Amino acid sequence: MPEIKVTPLGAGQDVGRSCILVSIAGKNVMLDCGMHMGYNDDRRFPDFSYITQNGRLTDFLDCVIISHFHLDHCGALPYFSEMVGYDGPIYMTHPTKAICPILLEDYRKITVDKKGETNFFTSQMIKDCMKKVVAVHLHQTVQVDEELEIKAYYAGHVLGAAMFQIKVGCESVVYTGDYNMTPDRHLGAAWIDKCRPDLLITESTYATTIRDSKRCRERDFLKKVHETVERGGKVLIPVFALGRAQELCILLETFWERMNLKAPIYFSTGLTEKANHYYKLFITWTNQKIRKTFVQRNMFEFKHIKAFDRAFADNPGPMVVFATPGMLHAGQSLQIFRKWAGNEKNMVIMPGYCVQGTVGHKILSGQRKLEMEGRQILEVKMQVEYMSFSAHADAKGIMQLIRQAEPSNVLLVHGEAKKMEFLKQKIEQEFHVSCFMPANGETTTILTNPCIPVDISLGLLKRETAIGPVPDAKKPKLMHGSLLMKDNSFRLVSPEQALKELGLAEHQLRFTCRVHIQDPRKEHETVLRVYNHLKGILKDYSVQHLPDGSITVESILIQATAHSEDQGTKVLLVSWTYQDEELGSYLTSLLKKGLPQST
Amino acid sequence: FFQYCLSGHPTLPCNVLKFKSTTIMLDCGLDMTSTLNFLPLPLVQSPRLSKLPGWVLKDGSTFLDKELKECSGHVFVDSVPEFCLPETELLDLSTVDVILISNYHCMMALPYITEYTGFTGTVYATEPTVQIGRLLMEELVNSIERVPKAQSASMWKNKEVQRLLPAPLKDAVEVSMWRKCYTMPEVNAALSKIQLVGYSQKIELFGAVQVTPLSSGYALGSSNWIIQSHYEKVSYVSGSSLLTTHPQPMDQASLKNSDVLILTGLTQIPTANPDGMVGEFCSNLAMTVRNGGNVLVPCYPSGVIYDLLECLYQYIDSAGLSNVPFYFISPVANSSLEFSQIFAEWLCHNKQTKVYLPEPPFPHAELIQTNKLKHYPSIHGDFSNDFKQPCVVFTGHPSLRFGDVVHFMELWGKSSLNTVIFTEPDFSYLDALAPYQPLAMKCVYCPIDTRLNFIQVSKLLKEVQPLHVVCPEQYTQPPPTQSHRTDLMIDCQPPAMSYHRAEVLTLPYKRRYEKIEIMPDLADSLVPLEIKPGISLATVSAVLHTKDNKHVLQLPPKPPQPPASKKRKRVSDDVPECKSLKPLLSGSIPVDQFVQTLEKHGFSDVKVEDTAKGHIVLLQEAETLIQLEEDSTHIICDNDEPLRVKLRDLVLKFLQKF
Repeated sequence: MPEIKVTPLGAGQDVGRSCILVSIAGKNVMLDCGMHMGYNDDRRFPDFSYITQNGRLTDFLDCVIISHFHLDHCGALPYFSEMVGYDGPIYMTHPTKAICPILLEDYRKITVDKKGETNFFTSQMIKDCMKKVVAVHLHQTVQVDEELEIKAYYAGHVLGAAMFQIKVGCESVVYTGDYNMTPDRHLGAAWIDKCRPDLLITESTYATTIRDSKRCRERDFLKKVHETVERGGKVLIPVFALGRAQELCILLETFWERMNLKAPIYFSTGLTEKANHYYKLFITWTNQKIRKTFVQRNMFEFKHIKAFDRAFADNPGPMVVFATPGMLHAGQSLQIFRKWAGNEKNMVIMPGYCVQGTVGHKILSGQRKLEMEGRQILEVKMQVEYMSFSAHADAKGIMQLIRQAEPSNVLLVHGEAKKMEFLKQKIEQEFHVSCFMPANGETTTILTNPCIPVDISLGLLKRETAIGPVPDAKKPKLMHGSLLMKDNSFRLVSPEQALKELGLAEHQLRFTCRVHIQDPRKEHETVLRVYNHLKGILKDYSVQHLPDGSITVESILIQATAHSEDQGTKVLLVSWTYQDEELGSYLTSLLKKGLPQST
Repeated sequence: FFQYCLSGHPTLPCNVLKFKSTTIMLDCGLDMTSTLNFLPLPLVQSPRLSKLPGWVLKDGSTFLDKELKECSGHVFVDSVPEFCLPETELLDLSTVDVILISNYHCMMALPYITEYTGFTGTVYATEPTVQIGRLLMEELVNSIERVPKAQSASMWKNKEVQRLLPAPLKDAVEVSMWRKCYTMPEVNAALSKIQLVGYSQKIELFGAVQVTPLSSGYALGSSNWIIQSHYEKVSYVSGSSLLTTHPQPMDQASLKNSDVLILTGLTQIPTANPDGMVGEFCSNLAMTVRNGGNVLVPCYPSGVIYDLLECLYQYIDSAGLSNVPFYFISPVANSSLEFSQIFAEWLCHNKQTKVYLPEPPFPHAELIQTNKLKHYPSIHGDFSNDFKQPCVVFTGHPSLRFGDVVHFMELWGKSSLNTVIFTEPDFSYLDALAPYQPLAMKCVYCPIDTRLNFIQVSKLLKEVQPLHVVCPEQYTQPPPTQSHRTDLMIDCQPPAMSYHRAEVLTLPYKRRYEKIEIMPDLADSLVPLEIKPGISLATVSAVLHTKDNKHVLQLPPKPPQPPASKKRKRVSDDVPECKSLKPLLSGSIPVDQFVQTLEKHGFSDVKVEDTAKGHIVLLQEAETLIQLEEDSTHIICDNDEPLRVKLRDLVLKFLQKF
């Protein structure tokens, strides 16, 4: 039986380093190629030696698909394609293709220039890697080769984020990447049609969370920022340059405008200006409202939010600073955090998920004394707030997506094992489908049962449908045909056509049965009696009395002769072909019982 | 398979295809050349136009002088301009299931179709097509509605009256069907019925047909369409271009293996080279401005204007025109310029790459930033304050019958310093100018039509090899004005089938196969036999289920066990229910082996006689006779059913079932 095999190289019972291998109908596809924020050693990249020990990756993989530009989904791509070596196609959406190299370059700079690592991918490698990328449109069916096709759906997680359907024949897998089922201030909600995949591979970051309404969270966020600023404190919001940052900027921008606030809002890193440019140029990927009004007012042209200079951090008085990266694991956000952490008037708001091992994760889990580089201890007195603004589907959203797509199996990735366990049970209960949650390196095999498409000759199909609709569900009409199999083509044709095409003659099998009946009358009278008898019983059949004295029932021929010895016995010759077997057999047994007495 | 041809205009097509069980409208172009018969709608009261004399018949009767005015020997209808709609009587348009739009110029009749015919289906178009189509409609409605005209002429349309009119009014077709412009609410209602699609997106219609838009290279979001089932493929090629301008290049490969290729929207100016025309445009523009004159460019608010602005961007500094203001005046000028920058995914490769930087794909962003290009919704308001001459004005409508262009024609027409440059190919420039005669300003005709020319068409057809080509009749003969140019027509084998307005064509192909799915359990139960080397055969007896035009074969249900203890039924109950078909048989029976088999099964008195065509096998005791011939077997026996069945099964062992 055909099967689909799935092996996560990353994101199996874990968040980070997303990389999932899928084998479907003889095709091998790699979904995402991410890095892990929690590690600085070999473990930060997926172990590609799992795919093949000595062969070339290009020979083994039919294509690579990147769901969105976050580094935990694309951070290992240049390493994979340029250092390990892969020359096949890499698919991603246009915005992802535009933004991904910038984040990769940023990542490279931090790793090589700041941390001084060698043996890392170079700028040129990023460029060479991007040359292998094929950009796809939403809903476009991309034919990777003759059999394998992929199709992107809107995922709403960040600009350009997509879910992908991978299809070979009638077997298919959907990979969600990261997605969000509720529209936010700048993106729309994920959407997929009822595509009924054999397997849905879904992220499960918020497997156990059911978040309250977005409005409450937004109000909460604004209130906290406002209060801190009012009492002269500084607010640090660690973000990634693209994604949540834009949403929160839109939120603060409108709030500042409405409340007429004067405290400055800054956005760190040179990426900002650029990032907002991307949003402007890819406005068709944002939500309905922004797209509709962009000619009058482009939401990504901010009036209150200005570029940050590192000297501003020491300015007196209140301010709000968006700084990258989002998990406080390096860079400017960490620098500012160290400066402001000591003052209880200040506040840090973590608007998203933090991977284990990062400073963000530590302070969120309540740690207030942090060991920094050089054994220095940093005491955190500032207020620490967590607000889930990550654009991931919550448990409700995941269930909703499953309902939309109607998969036969579900596989969870990109989440924590414990939480997955809970969600898995819920999914199995509610949808009665199998749910899997393999760990990294562990292979899940799913049996599929695909239909076999064949070509049916229109003549045969019309013959079948012309006889009318099936009248009775209990006695469905049987259709007979010959399935011709030649090379890889399957054609269902009428038996006559099959014979003709094969150049074979029909072999006619005919039966003639002698039925003796007692009837002293003249032959033609006997025949008339037989005729009337049959006519009375076989109401649905065409029974005819021919001028030559014979009777036909459909194509069955009945002739009567006198018995050579016994004049009181007549011999009925009933003759039929194999095709009329049932009727012929029935007629002989019927006639054997004799004719009714009175006529 | 039929094609109903509702429009006679080859570049503004409207065809309806009956394909399998679906009714598909391909484009709904609006023929606006009808407006050339009308007087221009001036934005500001025009003494010249209002003083035109009424038209008097040869016999001196003046009953039409309110409706028809004469200007320089031409007669014009003094009324709100009207458009020539696609045929609405040829078939019931409420039965149209879907409308496929190929580009924004070919959807201008959409509100007439969706709002007035009982249409309840879906319209499919790409996002740029819809957004820019909306802008074109908005501009059209706006430019007609903001100049309310009291008079609506109808007397001249009377058939008896029309006969008496001078050409071209006399020859205008279907004038009774001409309609006034739609309104914005109708535009919005029509556009709300559109579903957005992307290139290479496969859209299933009722499970029977799949339609797919492909890039056609002509305009932002412009598409050709593939309409196919598993066995038939119709390609609809409408407005395609192989030139590298701003849109994504044309997808030619996907058009291969078509049974029928419907070809519309070729270039309207087959003798003009677009590149040469652009060059002429620039040099004429520069010359006029250098001499202190103004340049007027009547144009649509989207499309070629982007390319012209890009050329000027590269040209103005070298031509010393840096200080000349460029004005783009249209109620949708701003939207058009903004929209052009956000459709990166629909642009050619070079422009896409710019977006990745990220920079705006079109350089008009820079022209605007540096104040070289200014855009205004109309001549009223800000424009009148900023207006400096000499200047270059881009504005609509290219027919010169409505829109801000009418004002500039009146304003600049009297001076020979000024130039009007026609770049849009949709209207004859002489006809467009007729109501402005006599005219002192220079007129330059540089039509830029990037759509396929006949050389490109013949190359394309050679490449994609359709079995049949269908096209408007205009393409199967040389242009009427250049009848010796036999190169300006479609040349293909077999010759293209041509159509004209209000014609119904039967498309030349026959379906022979349909797709059906065999359920896995049924497939498992099949027993294939190799009949010939490489060819296997399995007989299939299965239940056919058809739902949503999808056919599935399922394993027949197991026959219910006959209830054992039931009383004997009446004879008639046993009548076989339906004529259940037995398989056909093939093969021949070798007599020796057959006899051996009979003996093995207990027949001891088998005798064989030779006949002319074969053998007769006799079972003496059973009084049974079996005639064996090459292609037939005849069993003649007494009415002994167990014996007959036994013999039957022995015979069947030697035969193959089909």
